[in-house]
Amino acid sequence: MSFFKKLKNKMTTQSDTVTEKFKDGLTKTRTSFSSKVNTLVSRYRKVDEEFFEELEEILIEADVGVATVMDLIDELKDEARIRNIKETVDLQSVISEKLAELLHKEDEDSNINLKDNELSVILFVGVNGVGKTTSIGKLAHKLKSEGKKVMLAAGDTFRAGAIDQLEVWGERVGVDVVKHSEGSDPAAVVFDAVKSAQSKGVDVLLCDTAGRLQNKVNLMNELEKIKRVISREIPGAPHEVLLVVDATTGQNAMNQAKTFSQTTDVTGIVLTKLDGTAKGGIVLAIRHELDIPVKLVGLGEKVEDLYRFDPDQFVYGLFADMIKAEEEE
Amino acid sequence: MAFEGLADRLQQTLQKVRGKGKVTEADVKEMMREVRLALLEADVNFKVVKQFVAKVKERAIGQEVIESLTPGQQVVKVVNEELTALMGGQQSKLAVANRPPTVIMMVGLQGAGKTTTTGKLANFLRKKHNRTPLLVAADIYRPAAINQLQTLGKQLGMSVFEMGTDTSPVEIAKKGIEKAKEEHHDYVIVDTAGRLHVDEGLMDELSNIKEAVNPDEILIVVDAMTGQDAVNVAQSFHDQLGLTGVVLTKLDGDTRGGAALSIKSVTDTPIKFVGMGEKLDALEPFHPERMSSRILGMGDVLSLIEKAQTNVDEKKAKELEQKMRTMSFTFDDFLEQLTQVRSMGPLDELLGMLPGSGQMKQLKNVKVDEKQLNYVEAIIQSMTKKEKIEPDIINASRKRRIAKGSGRSIQEVNRLLKQFEDMKKMMKQMTNMSKGKKKGGMKLPFM
Repeated sequence: MSFFKKLKNKMTTQSDTVTEKFKDGLTKTRTSFSSKVNTLVSRYRKVDEEFFEELEEILIEADVGVATVMDLIDELKDEARIRNIKETVDLQSVISEKLAELLHKEDEDSNINLKDNELSVILFVGVNGVGKTTSIGKLAHKLKSEGKKVMLAAGDTFRAGAIDQLEVWGERVGVDVVKHSEGSDPAAVVFDAVKSAQSKGVDVLLCDTAGRLQNKVNLMNELEKIKRVISREIPGAPHEVLLVVDATTGQNAMNQAKTFSQTTDVTGIVLTKLDGTAKGGIVLAIRHELDIPVKLVGLGEKVEDLYRFDPDQFVYGLFADMIKAEEEE
Repeated sequence: MAFEGLADRLQQTLQKVRGKGKVTEADVKEMMREVRLALLEADVNFKVVKQFVAKVKERAIGQEVIESLTPGQQVVKVVNEELTALMGGQQSKLAVANRPPTVIMMVGLQGAGKTTTTGKLANFLRKKHNRTPLLVAADIYRPAAINQLQTLGKQLGMSVFEMGTDTSPVEIAKKGIEKAKEEHHDYVIVDTAGRLHVDEGLMDELSNIKEAVNPDEILIVVDAMTGQDAVNVAQSFHDQLGLTGVVLTKLDGDTRGGAALSIKSVTDTPIKFVGMGEKLDALEPFHPERMSSRILGMGDVLSLIEKAQTNVDEKKAKELEQKMRTMSFTFDDFLEQLTQVRSMGPLDELLGMLPGSGQMKQLKNVKVDEKQLNYVEAIIQSMTKKEKIEPDIINASRKRRIAKGSGRSIQEVNRLLKQFEDMKKMMKQMTNMSKGKKKGGMKLPFM
């Protein structure tokens, strides 16, 4: 059975609506990616250096990143040699297969790690303007609709209007927000939030932090302190440290993932704004080079547009056209 | 430091060529491959990279040999020139309306930093041009966006025009301009909501705002970390609105910022400003020619000098120079100097601008701990007037008192005294040197 058929079968057992949402959200990504591969295949009949070079460009254009692309191309070249593939048409499914392999790590848990009947703390970190506060708002909505009691901590005490922004989300979703005034110590806010969450019997506490560029040592130290405060109050917490990454980001996302992991042991990635860009290739690079799973993706502006990341769904969304084409053959 | 990665990479590549007397075609090919990879890794759009590499290759293999340069230097020169050309040649300034107010419209994706940049730009206009702009809050979508602009307005002491979130942005912008005319503001900056370039509804709204207020500048705010898609984003906004400039934000991060290189070449829109930090004064005009030498590791001496000029009081510098010559340099002078240098910005940023700092291993990841400088200040401030002038009189008991007063250890006090002595010695050597060579005054003695 072909790789795509297996994937298709797996998909039909899952809820259709979410898969559809992935397909819709990834429309731009998919059409640009698979149509480009298709044109490439029809232009080059024979598998040769030039073919690989152009394939390399398509992948690079998708922000997959030079290192990952080089590895991928090398693997493809080997594969072509081993299987003795001469026609580009025959290589097409190998390309998709390789990409899917990259995204797909077995025994990986992309679920948000939450404690039963106990307070779980999730810390959100990331550079400026990636959508931390918005993601928190969306996740709060999601958790609340699953019946959890949620609380938000306004840990971004630096950016003008950040506390107000989180409060608006709190009202919208209907959850409590713990805040101090602008310019106060974020660790103190988080400390109060943990205390308050414990006494009020909250299930999940979502902690916002100010956006910071990963090369600012002092700000990264501040983040470390916030995390330390949480761990001191609740052993084993924070249960998740989610790095929020903008899908339009280029190779710097890799630096972000590396540096934030060093400071705060990032346990997962939230990939935002994936609906608008033609790319998202950085997902491949992050999974290829670092061992951090993508846990959530933002696929739209509405409050419910935050989804659990499912590699299978992502691949299916990416290759939906190709899968259909293969079926028709 | 921004662009450092790219600088390093090209530096390494060019180093190989630099040492040689002659560049073979194989060398050029090898080098171009490296340049290509470096640029791609730096997120420069692959189409731009292709053109760039082809151009450089052609010129590098072709003649154009200047006698004073080795062929290796020649290639460096070509890469530098092409890079500068790619980034926009000359520095480009803000347009000014014939009849005030000059209307500036800020557009861009979500999270690029439009609102922050609006605040920074307002601050820039006041500091450099002595103008007080009116800020118009036309982002009615993102929660608390209006609050954010109002807070910035409060910090700057500037008025912000808003009509809540129930009025259409077009209407808000229109009324904002009217208000600015009434109150005789020279500039109006309209902050619009972030939107995806594929969102037709919201893109049309921007066109409507444009029609309503007829802006003199439409600036797109782009995150310097943006990947290959930066070009598509800029292109879409450009097609829809006819952009007049780009503001590149978050360039103080460690991104290689290749997006900057692509945008101009694809949209033919100049980069007018760069955001270099979180504070409101961290907006600088973009200097394409300087930036490209920075990429090549030649340092950004010009930027540094300009920075120093606006911040260091020239008269004080002269006095200081005099003092150094006569060796009457005291701890008071030292403290003053320290304050002046610090007023130029974070020290690690300054160091990154020095030529060759990209190459020097010691300076590579230098993070100047600003706290240490605070300690130094505290120690000096704990000295008596007499001690500051004559540090020689500081004995063990005085040291103990100083340490106690500043809350630092005696070892730290000792270290500072030692450093101060060394510095004086060094200065003596330096002044002797410049006397001997009859060179003009030293402009920046602290470097």
